[in-house]
Amino acid sequence: MLAALIPAAFLVLFFAWPAATLVARGFHDGSAWTIDGFRTVFGSRRTWSAVGFTLGSAALSTVVCLLLGLPGAYLLYRCTFRGRDLLRALITVPFVLPTVVVGVAFGSLLRRDGLLGWLGLEGTPVAILAAMVFFNYSVIVRTVGTMWSRLDPRLAQAAGTLGASPLRALRTVTLPALTPAIVSGASLVFLFSASSYGIVMVLGQSKYRTIETEIWFLTTRLLDLPSAAALSITQLIIVTIALWLSGRAQAHMTRALKLQPDVDAERVLDLSRDGGALITTLTVAIVLLGLPLANLVWRSLHRGGEFTVANYVQLAVEGGGSVSVWDALRTSLTTALAATALAVTLGMLVALVASRRPRRPLGRSALGALESLFLLPLGVSAVTVGFGYLITLNRPPLDLRSSIVLIPIAQAVVALPLVIRTLLPTLRAIDPRQLEAAATLGSTPWQVLRRIELPHLGRAVGLAVGFAFATSLGEFGATSFLARPDNPTLPVLIFRLFGRPGSENYGVALAASVVLAGLAGITMAAAERMRPKEVAAW
Amino acid sequence: MVSGLEVRDVTVKYGPTVAVEGVSLHVEPGTVIGLLGASGSGKSTLLRAIAGLQPLSSGAILWDGEDLAPVKVHKRNFGLVFQDGQLFPTMNVAKNIAYGLGKLPKAAQRERVEEMLELVGLAGYGVRKPTELSGGQAQRVALARSLAPSPRALLLDEPLSALDTALRRRLADDLARILRETHTTGVYVTHDHQEAYTVADVVAVLDEGQLLQLDSPESLRERPKNKQVAAFLGYRAFVTEAEAHRLGWQGSLETGEVLGIGPASLHLDPNGYEVDIIDQTLTVEDVEIKVALPDGQTATVSSPTKVDALSTRVTLAGGAVVPA
Repeated sequence: MLAALIPAAFLVLFFAWPAATLVARGFHDGSAWTIDGFRTVFGSRRTWSAVGFTLGSAALSTVVCLLLGLPGAYLLYRCTFRGRDLLRALITVPFVLPTVVVGVAFGSLLRRDGLLGWLGLEGTPVAILAAMVFFNYSVIVRTVGTMWSRLDPRLAQAAGTLGASPLRALRTVTLPALTPAIVSGASLVFLFSASSYGIVMVLGQSKYRTIETEIWFLTTRLLDLPSAAALSITQLIIVTIALWLSGRAQAHMTRALKLQPDVDAERVLDLSRDGGALITTLTVAIVLLGLPLANLVWRSLHRGGEFTVANYVQLAVEGGGSVSVWDALRTSLTTALAATALAVTLGMLVALVASRRPRRPLGRSALGALESLFLLPLGVSAVTVGFGYLITLNRPPLDLRSSIVLIPIAQAVVALPLVIRTLLPTLRAIDPRQLEAAATLGSTPWQVLRRIELPHLGRAVGLAVGFAFATSLGEFGATSFLARPDNPTLPVLIFRLFGRPGSENYGVALAASVVLAGLAGITMAAAERMRPKEVAAW
Repeated sequence: MVSGLEVRDVTVKYGPTVAVEGVSLHVEPGTVIGLLGASGSGKSTLLRAIAGLQPLSSGAILWDGEDLAPVKVHKRNFGLVFQDGQLFPTMNVAKNIAYGLGKLPKAAQRERVEEMLELVGLAGYGVRKPTELSGGQAQRVALARSLAPSPRALLLDEPLSALDTALRRRLADDLARILRETHTTGVYVTHDHQEAYTVADVVAVLDEGQLLQLDSPESLRERPKNKQVAAFLGYRAFVTEAEAHRLGWQGSLETGEVLGIGPASLHLDPNGYEVDIIDQTLTVEDVEIKVALPDGQTATVSSPTKVDALSTRVTLAGGAVVPA
């Protein structure tokens, strides 16, 4: 019971209350109920253009990811060839990078003096779109690929023996059978694209604005909190719809996968048949994914056209402002460690409670409600969390605004759903008969928990720690609202440096991005090695 | 020219493993051949090779004398029924059956679907989802789907083995009837000899990729080519002529032949030869009594009730003549 109460109390205090305050702020101007906030905000063309840009860019990014990702899913999960596993690992690298780093990588590639500067894409929506696709491409490949690799090949063969050409079989049988995975992947891409705050902040150059950047602008520049609250609610609705869609599709997919026998559906790559998929995927991997990263590293080793490590040397020196990159990195590491400890502890408690198997229907539905409550923050963008804290926790009864603990708490709230989604499937995968066997052998429930269930969690906890740490390390959305000017985290500092004039600041921003990307990448690579097979990719 | 389906000296390899080795067969138009063998005997691989789903290492598959090597799967016009149906989950039953009827106008398609549903005894099931069907119904739909485009041959890959025993027997009868009614040229893969006897006109026994014997069910039962085939068909004990006569057998054997004793060879007979009872097993239909033959081999005899004694009397009424 206590195990359920502690995380619940945490979530009420640090999620429900800020969220409720935020909603209330949208409808209440301090003296009376009103929808003036909405009226003002939706009366302005600025808002509509932000909403339009958010939806439009996310939809376009989803379509492009699907077009490029489906051949990739086929190639990397249905065919076997030398180097496939390496290629699979490489295409997932972008997804673990902090969004600010992605923004910086594309920014430096497309700058007028950048490698692809001649394309004239600097500060255009195309740059933002390319960064979104860069970030989300692997989502489609992995979600659809996982299902494709387990789709019984005899289904398409049956179509073949009925006279369908390979193309007709793909269109009428294979793709429809993959629909749950396609919808699930597409709604995730839409969700991630619609909340790529870091990317738009870096690349949008305040010409292109999404709902999230508009919330930031209204809050920190115009101090117009009611309008910001109204926008947050709008964002909440959009995100909830996308999340609901993805959840439904995911349930469909899990059900469909359960019906699949474990078949070996892989076949050797055949150039005449698979050439198109191979060329598409290699082009994406080299041009879209590889080039920005290689360019980022290369540029970070240059200043004023000369090869130098000056940018890295300068990481230790005080940057343009009053803080050096090392100081910010230390802040980031400390915060991320605290956030990880918090998120993993709470996540374990929640997972243990939610994985109980009560016999009474009432108990079961109570647990179901608990689980979805804790997964809720996944749907709420980090920007909303940061904004909610800003307007809630900065005044009595709880004034944490000036306190150092607020950022780790916000990051823990953002990371918590990921942790739960990692731990819960592992616990659920334990065959209930194992627990019954232990009980009939004389173990008390506590002993069963300690000797059977917790040992099962080992690898999943490793993965969860990695997830939580990498997420917190690169967290920018919430932190950008809460970080104090004199004590920023690394992503916040990179953003500031990148926006400042001067080749020195620019160079240091690149070097710092490489360091941050490296840290996040290494953490995720180590964590991935621990992934238990029960835990799906997302 | 040979009409119908011809398998000429076909070998199929998976890397270094030889799954089918030098098999030759001929299926006359309108007849059904059974490919009988244990799992791993290469029977399913051979079927997939005929369908064009598995490349040949050597040999040829021909139809009416035409080599099918350059003909792709979807151009072969061979129907294929899988062990587990493989109905398209995104379409209802009628759409599944109509899938191979692309060229027909809509009205003709509907008519054909109705006709097929009627044929397999599922009239009115068109609007159901594949998930709403039982295993037996799903297999009937799979059969209807394969038959709908009137394929020149129908290939069936253990279509009944995922079903329970009673249903399997009933469906095997139905299947045999449908194949005969539609004059279908068929290749029927199974590991159950009862099923093969019911459905096929000719049975090919395969083991480790090789064709052991190709014969009608009757000759297969009475004269298996060797002990290996006989053992696969259920003949577990082999006795000499003298021994057989001692057990009451009336027939005679040539030199170098033995008699295989199968599950239906021995009968209970109060005037028969006395044998010791080793074990009695109750089955749905009878009691299977395991007895010790005079030379120490064991055989089974069917009895309507349990025998309350240490021994019983039996007569050897029949068996399979096998080269020793």
